Amino acid sequence: MTPAATTFHLPHPAVRRHTTSEPPWVRRLLIGLALGFISLFLFLPLIFVFTQALAKGIGFYFHTITDPMAWSAIKLTLLAAAISVPLNCVFGVCAAWAIAKFDFPGKNILLTLIDLPFSVSPVIAGMIYVLVFGAQGWMGLWLNADNPSFPWLANWLNEHNFKIIFAVPGIVLATIFVTFPFVARELIPLMQAQGRSEEEAARVLGASGWQTFWRVTVPNIKWGLLYGVILCNARAMGEFGAVSVVSGKIRGETNTLPLHIEALYDEYNYAGAFAVASLLALLALVTLGLKTWIEHKNAALNETEKSA
Amino acid sequence: MLPGFKLTLGFTVFYLGLIVLIPLAAVFLKTSSLTWNEFWQTVTMPTAIASYRITFGASLLAALVNAVFGLIVAWVLVRYEFFGKKIVDALVDLPFALPTAVAGITLASLYSSKGWLGQWLEPLGIKVANTQIGIFIALTFIGLPFIVRTVQPILEDLDPELEEAASSLGANRWQVFWRVIFPMLTPALLTGFALAFARALGEYGSVIFIAGGIPMKTQITPVVIMQELDMFEYGKATAIAVVMLVASFVLLLTINVLQWWTNRYNTNNLA
Repeated sequence: MTPAATTFHLPHPAVRRHTTSEPPWVRRLLIGLALGFISLFLFLPLIFVFTQALAKGIGFYFHTITDPMAWSAIKLTLLAAAISVPLNCVFGVCAAWAIAKFDFPGKNILLTLIDLPFSVSPVIAGMIYVLVFGAQGWMGLWLNADNPSFPWLANWLNEHNFKIIFAVPGIVLATIFVTFPFVARELIPLMQAQGRSEEEAARVLGASGWQTFWRVTVPNIKWGLLYGVILCNARAMGEFGAVSVVSGKIRGETNTLPLHIEALYDEYNYAGAFAVASLLALLALVTLGLKTWIEHKNAALNETEKSA
Repeated sequence: MLPGFKLTLGFTVFYLGLIVLIPLAAVFLKTSSLTWNEFWQTVTMPTAIASYRITFGASLLAALVNAVFGLIVAWVLVRYEFFGKKIVDALVDLPFALPTAVAGITLASLYSSKGWLGQWLEPLGIKVANTQIGIFIALTFIGLPFIVRTVQPILEDLDPELEEAASSLGANRWQVFWRVIFPMLTPALLTGFALAFARALGEYGSVIFIAGGIPMKTQITPVVIMQELDMFEYGKATAIAVVMLVASFVLLLTINVLQWWTNRYNTNNLA
């Protein structure tokens, strides 16, 4: 028998620390591996975008991003985000209200269905709208055939040259689809955790439904809502695959920023492509910054609640 | 009783149906216009079969590499202090925030034969651009945050008393990790792995620039679908899309089960 097994005494503090943490060389190795991996896969690409963007000088950079084609792409990207983010926001709040504040059968199925767009490939997300609204799709069959089902609607659409696929409405629809779950999946667990007692108290004290929502619910969910909106917006402005299927890629008309980057890159205008890409990389950095800020804010909030 | 149930649930179901369910149903309806033979021939044509193998293989490998390095990154972020830790923690989400087209052209240029990294790899006989290695690298980039962000919270909540108990009972550090910590991380690790894998299967933007899209060699399945769409072969495109959708739905189901398992494990620990 070893002496350690026969004599009982508390181990020295240094020994105890040794047994619940790793030896210094293991720590250093793991930190080195983690930093190496992060530098290679995340940090280096980020630096690369900005150096390549400025490879032909600051003059070329500003020339590229103020080019009319770039401007039209910026405007279309902002438009798509300006429509899809508020719509998905309203949806997210409604879905979270219904799911968190009430009990009804089929709730789990609804939750799964809301997450569905995340597991659909962007290319398929674009394709489904081509199938519904494209010239060979359902809408095309109803409206553009020799004998349309709704002649007045077909005439009106033709007169106003209204198109969905290979036009702006299709881009907006595809953007809504790929950003669909962001706000909802942020708010649902948050509102479920908060329960319904505060709202019920407000109602008992005589507040109307809207007053309860604006004065009680909104202040409680505002950080979660902002968090969801930021992520939703980043995806809306950066979506490539889905938009690329429905856009038709007409320069100056249906090219969003990511599609404009692809066009410049395919023309071997690498400095130009990276100049435009740097705008989206900046957006990504702002998104990460805001996200981290909200997380800190939330952590601080939880601390004060715990100590109170 | 709180108001607004009918209004909010009604709008939720209406919007879900309009934006997601009806358009998705179009895929299955369009496919039903094909005969079974046509469908089978399309989904088993050589370029499609090769693309499933490439997509599936590269996604699996990328998710595995991410599981290893993601666990190390999560461990280091939770357990150790080092310079720049907060920046690294924030940077982990970069693949979520950076548009895929930007990631795509960046990785393609970094690993091209004249790029910052490609010029060192080429003399070693490693070609990344326009090869399956390129696909693997793009998918590794995309998948990293999934593992880190699912493992990190579990690791933070781990009760140190369990480790102290194990070591006071005579386990060495490696045994404590392998027999005590790792089993508690397994559900989260599997969930993160499945999420990264699912994302990789459908990924398009970050892959196409570095992969080049050579049929039978570097064409992922979404690229095959895109090609059929460009030729207005909607029937063929939807047939292949159905295969992908079914695979994604099976994965989604698996992920739900895994998440339920993770949560159960967590509440058990708290009790």
